[in-house]
Amino acid sequence: MTSSDRLDATFAALADPTRRAILARLASGEASVNELAEPFNMTQPAVSKHLKVLERAGLISRGQEAQRRPRRLEAKPFAEATEWLEKYRNIWANNFKRLDALIDQLKADELRKGKQTRSKQ
Amino acid sequence: MSNEDAMKLTMPSDVELVVTRTFNAPRKLLFEAWTNPKYLPQWMLGPVGWTMPVCEIDLRIGGSWHFVWRKSDGTEMEMRGVYREIKPPERLVSSESWGGPWPETLNTLVLTEEAGKTTMTLTILYPSKEAREAATMTGMAKGMAMSFDRLESYLVSQKA
Repeated sequence: MTSSDRLDATFAALADPTRRAILARLASGEASVNELAEPFNMTQPAVSKHLKVLERAGLISRGQEAQRRPRRLEAKPFAEATEWLEKYRNIWANNFKRLDALIDQLKADELRKGKQTRSKQ
Repeated sequence: MSNEDAMKLTMPSDVELVVTRTFNAPRKLLFEAWTNPKYLPQWMLGPVGWTMPVCEIDLRIGGSWHFVWRKSDGTEMEMRGVYREIKPPERLVSSESWGGPWPETLNTLVLTEEAGKTTMTLTILYPSKEAREAATMTGMAKGMAMSFDRLESYLVSQKA
């Protein structure tokens, strides 16, 4: 997957409130499918479906422990997603810094023009 | 406090993203900087390394705008929209579309002036909560509010 494809998968996976709640639960430690189904009052297959989406997005992975196969959070896509929001913020911050410089210049131009007009009168 | 710190990104509702920033200039100049194709390519450039070779503006209600950005390696990005409300120097409403899977948004720019300073409020209205969440990732942050501190320490520990 390219970084952009992975971001798409991350966004899609996170668009669902149940999946976000599952991730929130996993943020406090790994858990088995059973352990995840319980607090959400969901059947195992329903939880499994959500877990599959999260797994495909690379947001979670399965532990090796044969019996429980505990799911755990994967850090990389989160780092990429956070990075995206950070980039968005930076884009605006940079734009506005340039805008500051531009309006300073426009103000100086106006001042000069104003002086010229006055001197003509 | 520097001007950069004064920029705020907030989410007053499920479908909005609001950017606010104060500028040391009368709003007349800000309105000009947002609507004049002579000025926009001088500042609305995004990340370092991008230029804006196309900036077409038909500043009429129903008139369209079209911006193209280009990176030094030739990569291009474009954005289009239609002006819905134009009230110089205080208000500008237009649609904005990146094309592809991105949803069309309705952007409202409001400029208020006080003692020679202008506060700019840009409200980006998404067609749905999901659209905004997909676009901003804030859903994640919100959904995880309770666990976010834990998540953060987890991420930090993974990076180390």
